[in-house]
Amino acid sequence: MDIEKLNKIKDEYSKIIQKKRIMVCSGTGCTSSKSDVLLKNIQDKLEKDGIKNITAHKTGCFGFCAKGPIVVIDPDEIFYELVKPEDANDIVEAVINNKVVERLLVKENEKYVEKWHKLNFYSKQERIALKNCGKINPEKIEEYIALDGYQALYKALHMSRDEVIDVILNSGIRGRGGAGFPTGKKWKFAKEAKGDVKYVCCNADEGDPGAFMDRSILEGDPNAVLEAMAIAGYAIGAKQGYIYVRAEYPIAVKRLNIAIEQAKKLGLLGKNIFGKKFDFNIELRLGAGAFVCGEETALMNSIEGKRGEPRPRPPFPAVKGLFGKPTLLNNVETYANIPNIILKGANWYKSIGTKTSTGTKVFALGGNITNVGLVEVPMGTTLREIVYDIGGGIPEGKKFKAAQMGGPSGGCVPAKYLDVPIDYDSLNEIGAMMGSGGLIVMDDSKCMVDIAKFFLEFTVDESCGKCPPCRIGTKRMLEILTRITEGKGKDGDIEKLERLASNIKKASLCGLGQTAPNPVLSTLKYFRDEYEAHIYHKKCPAGVCKALTQVHIDEEKCKKCGICAKNCPVGAIEGQVGKVTFKINQDKCIKCGVCITKCPFKAISK
Amino acid sequence: MNHCEGCNGCKIDEKLEKIAKKYKNVEGGIISALHEVQDTYGYISSTAQKYLSKELNVPMSEIYGIITFYSRFSLVPKGKYNIQVCMGTACYVKGSEKVLNRFKEKLGIKEGETTSDGKFSIESVRCIGACGLAPAIVINEEVYGKMDEKKVDELIEKYSKM
Amino acid sequence: MYRKKKMITLTIDSKQVTVPEGTTILEAARKIDIDIPTLCFLKEINEVGDCRMCLVEIEGVKGYKASCVYPVEEGLVVRTNTKDLIDTKRTILELLLSSHQKNCLTCVRSTNCRLQDLCRRFEIPDLEYEGQMPEADMDDSSECIVRNTAKCILCRRCVNVCKKVQGVSAIGNVNRGFNSKIGVALGMGMKDSTCVGCGQCVIHCPVGALVEKSNVGKLREALADKTKHVIIQTAPAVRATIGEEFGMPVGTLVTGKMVAALRRLGFDKIFDTDLGADMTIMEEATEFIERLNKGKNLPMITSCSSGWITFAEKFYPDLLNHLSSTKSPMEILGTLIKTYYAKKEGIDPKDIYSVALMPCSAKKAEIIRDELKLEGGIQAVDNVVTTREMARMLKEANIDLASLDDEEYDDPLGEATGAGHIFGTTGGVMEAALRSVSYILDGTEIKNVEFKQVRGTKGIKEAKINIAGKEHKIAVSQGLANASKILDEIREGKSPYSFVEIMTCPGGCINGGGQPIVDEYKASKIDVKALRAKALYKADKKAKHRKAHENQSVKKIYEDFIGKPNGKEAHRLLHTHYNKQEVYVEK
Repeated sequence: MDIEKLNKIKDEYSKIIQKKRIMVCSGTGCTSSKSDVLLKNIQDKLEKDGIKNITAHKTGCFGFCAKGPIVVIDPDEIFYELVKPEDANDIVEAVINNKVVERLLVKENEKYVEKWHKLNFYSKQERIALKNCGKINPEKIEEYIALDGYQALYKALHMSRDEVIDVILNSGIRGRGGAGFPTGKKWKFAKEAKGDVKYVCCNADEGDPGAFMDRSILEGDPNAVLEAMAIAGYAIGAKQGYIYVRAEYPIAVKRLNIAIEQAKKLGLLGKNIFGKKFDFNIELRLGAGAFVCGEETALMNSIEGKRGEPRPRPPFPAVKGLFGKPTLLNNVETYANIPNIILKGANWYKSIGTKTSTGTKVFALGGNITNVGLVEVPMGTTLREIVYDIGGGIPEGKKFKAAQMGGPSGGCVPAKYLDVPIDYDSLNEIGAMMGSGGLIVMDDSKCMVDIAKFFLEFTVDESCGKCPPCRIGTKRMLEILTRITEGKGKDGDIEKLERLASNIKKASLCGLGQTAPNPVLSTLKYFRDEYEAHIYHKKCPAGVCKALTQVHIDEEKCKKCGICAKNCPVGAIEGQVGKVTFKINQDKCIKCGVCITKCPFKAISK
Repeated sequence: MNHCEGCNGCKIDEKLEKIAKKYKNVEGGIISALHEVQDTYGYISSTAQKYLSKELNVPMSEIYGIITFYSRFSLVPKGKYNIQVCMGTACYVKGSEKVLNRFKEKLGIKEGETTSDGKFSIESVRCIGACGLAPAIVINEEVYGKMDEKKVDELIEKYSKM
Repeated sequence: MYRKKKMITLTIDSKQVTVPEGTTILEAARKIDIDIPTLCFLKEINEVGDCRMCLVEIEGVKGYKASCVYPVEEGLVVRTNTKDLIDTKRTILELLLSSHQKNCLTCVRSTNCRLQDLCRRFEIPDLEYEGQMPEADMDDSSECIVRNTAKCILCRRCVNVCKKVQGVSAIGNVNRGFNSKIGVALGMGMKDSTCVGCGQCVIHCPVGALVEKSNVGKLREALADKTKHVIIQTAPAVRATIGEEFGMPVGTLVTGKMVAALRRLGFDKIFDTDLGADMTIMEEATEFIERLNKGKNLPMITSCSSGWITFAEKFYPDLLNHLSSTKSPMEILGTLIKTYYAKKEGIDPKDIYSVALMPCSAKKAEIIRDELKLEGGIQAVDNVVTTREMARMLKEANIDLASLDDEEYDDPLGEATGAGHIFGTTGGVMEAALRSVSYILDGTEIKNVEFKQVRGTKGIKEAKINIAGKEHKIAVSQGLANASKILDEIREGKSPYSFVEIMTCPGGCINGGGQPIVDEYKASKIDVKALRAKALYKADKKAKHRKAHENQSVKKIYEDFIGKPNGKEAHRLLHTHYNKQEVYVEK
């Protein structure tokens, strides 16, 4: 492969992707809603009608998952929501006749919006890492090349290794996996490490429940990661790269394999890339269902064929990592930004975001929010903007209670900090963290003690078990929390939790243990009153913890129909049809909530 | 047909031989090999463990340690019909334990185990949200509610014939 | 070329210390007598930073770091005992206690348990974090070792000793998180695994999770049974160590006191395994010469180490022809007790209860081997008691070994030469053989009996010797991982050796699985192996005779009973054979 050939492909395919194309979102989410059937139907219809100048393609995640399956008609960027396989015919007909299918458009402020960038959801977003998702077929490397793919690699190979690293350093980009360590510094350490054999690794073991940023990038634009890893390999002096991807992402694995094969075929991976005597190969290694393997050194142990147990540091991976050699490890999203930075320069990247947190961040919005999905915003955007302007606010008229960021390692941000700009340092100051991008919004029907327990259950299950503070400490914390939610909390429990949390943070071997107590500490900080209610008043204010909730029948609303008693699985409701108001025997009641849903008069509540 | 006279003279399946050969000289290849064994057979048998141990030169205790560490690897195959008995509070109060014990008794296996013909496996699970049908069970995604010992016998007969 | 190591100066608890680069903070601290607490640390074997007890605070570094794996850097300022560090470690201990089976009063490691020591050091107020206990396994399937994971603190020392030092990997890390445990592949018992019974795991376990299998009850019964003639033999390595269990310094030679103590315990006769060792040399050297003449089954490998025999049968069954067919000294002596001695004294062998006081746990499995059964299906040795078990028995019987006067062994099986004594340390068997081989070949007596090139702690020692005008290369290996290197070479047909001594335990029997357990910190201040070995070399120097063929009692046994070494009767009584052992066999 040489630059002439690359540019030739670029020109050829730029024209191709400018043609009329029906792009069907083929990420995991939309696929499970049958977008693959939809795509086939569209392709069948086009074939049946003998249409040659319009084509239909798979594409990556648009991020507006609440509206999936999504179809976009390029080059006009017409956005269709909630498309079903049966809508195939209408869509094709509309494209042929240069019309739109109005019923499939998104309605905002009483008006139909045609182009997706005009939607409120996208108005505050800036898609850099996700720039190609939705625009290209990820299984065709030529389309990636059409949008400047592999130009950055060519450019980098014609710079000195130090120059490449300087660009990354000056851009200010920080690790998107959660730690926020300056990426340029990491590359520098790896370059300076002594050794002939070095490795470049990509952490694609996205394990935070509720996070799917990396999955979308890998499914929608795998070549961006490959190109970035090759650039990194050149910069630090490595010839071999490994992508450690979780086995629970079969579509991502498939697309990565296709991308690697195609890149190899075109000579963009392999020997003597662009004739610059630079060899680089990439292999996949699959995760096997252990969250802790998202930790740098545990990941390396897993690639080495061992149990995914973290290693003490020093030595640091940059000096002694995979197979004992200097290793650079970065997150998927970090890599996805690299080609852009090389091509457009450090100053461009620095101009986005804040002074100490440059660039954008992809977030996976979930929980009690109208617009569930993937968003990419400049650093410094406030939580309020994300939740309300982009996220569409809290559904069912409920109130915002807190946003959980950073998953099981993170903390919650309460309502009073809705105007905090989202960047690494501002979040640290309020005791929260950026995390990898999972952003779970919670309304006032959530119990913060229960949420903390949920995350701790996850951590206890995923602890590798090597060091006592995490292995035993988190379990003991969970036991205390469980007691509290069961109404068996004791005076002194909060202090015990705090003491344990503090010591687990200090003494644990790796990041998993060191951050496991965060959800508890953070909820204690901002919602201490909820803990106290559970312990001292044996009440769960949100009505979630079953042992502390009571189900009551409003005497005045009760019409004595008896439907509740009939449906009660444990016979806890007593009364007489037509004669005696029904009452719940609290000792028998197991708080399953069936009566609440069955009562036609909404007379029962927690 | 190439059969290796492996440990104890047992014959090794061709697919397993292929997997071992593929990863024999790959550094750290044992986990990739285990993935393929898991995907091919649905679990990792003791034969597979012993064969991989020999061919890839990884001690048995380490292979066992790897399998029990990662959630994706299973030591036992799930049955063709995986019976999940809900032990959530509603079902528990309505006697799901009796239901569970009847299954165990009739099939001759404990929780987490599979019958020797590979047809049935039993596990207890947390609340599946079908409290109105307590006690409830799920067999391969089909929910059966209001279970009792008689229904257990009927279901076993039904599935045995399938 | 070797680069000279840079010297690094750092400050620990306001004291300066200078050490070579590559030293860890823990070791630098120990150099200036700062005893940072450790639980899992074991030099070169288990340097993992798991237990978190050795955490220190380093100025300018975020977070506490495990000092056992942190290499020193110029100018570091370290604090090991701030209030916060101490509080953190107290919590770690409390957490460990919350998932530990706390029956200290009846635990065999009480007063010699690292966890107990640390709990005393750290003043634990109340047990605050009681909760669920992890599932526990009690594995007593093995003849040699019992595992009780209810006491395990998951320091992983056992796993790493078994893997790195022995290359056996019988046990490994199983499960994840709170339910982590140490276990055997396929969920089987130790008996079905590759375990060779060496007990290195037992002597390195900091708590009571691993202990030897004890049959002391049967011994007590035998001693109390007036109809039984109870005889005990003592291994070479026990005389150098049993004193430690009675407060004597490491490396004190207590042969006479040991015999006196055993006599007080009620044994009818006290014989010396070292005589068996002398006979082993007679048989093995003769065997070696025969193989040299035939040029077959070379190199010949010694066969007195039980763990090694099991290792060969499990891992290298194709090389069993290289093993000497001579029985171990213990079995030779046991055989002589039940045949030669029984006949001489007119006692029915069935009335003899033959006990062996051994530094070894593997020997407990050796005595029940079918290949070693004597006529009538009786065992040459009925019970193996380790150094530790015997010390307990003596204490139970109010016998304070340290205060006794020396006594002598009984005849006819109590005389031993210096060659027999040094069997208990690495290189000893080889050295003993070299002292006699030229005599056996053609009557030549050598003047210099000390072969220093086979002594010492190097994993594999080599030497060149001259036999009948021809030069031969010999090797001495300790620890089974080292043995594997030699055996792999033999398998590939590339071995340059004629004769190889293999000992299972690093250091030899003086560091066997049945020996007194020395706490890791104490062992870091003194060279336990060297001191114990020194005691044996002392016994050798003091001995009346130093060559096996000079043993007068042995001469008599050959004249009166066996005939010629390696002859027909010798083969019937003093030789054995070996068989492949299957592992992980499913029922």
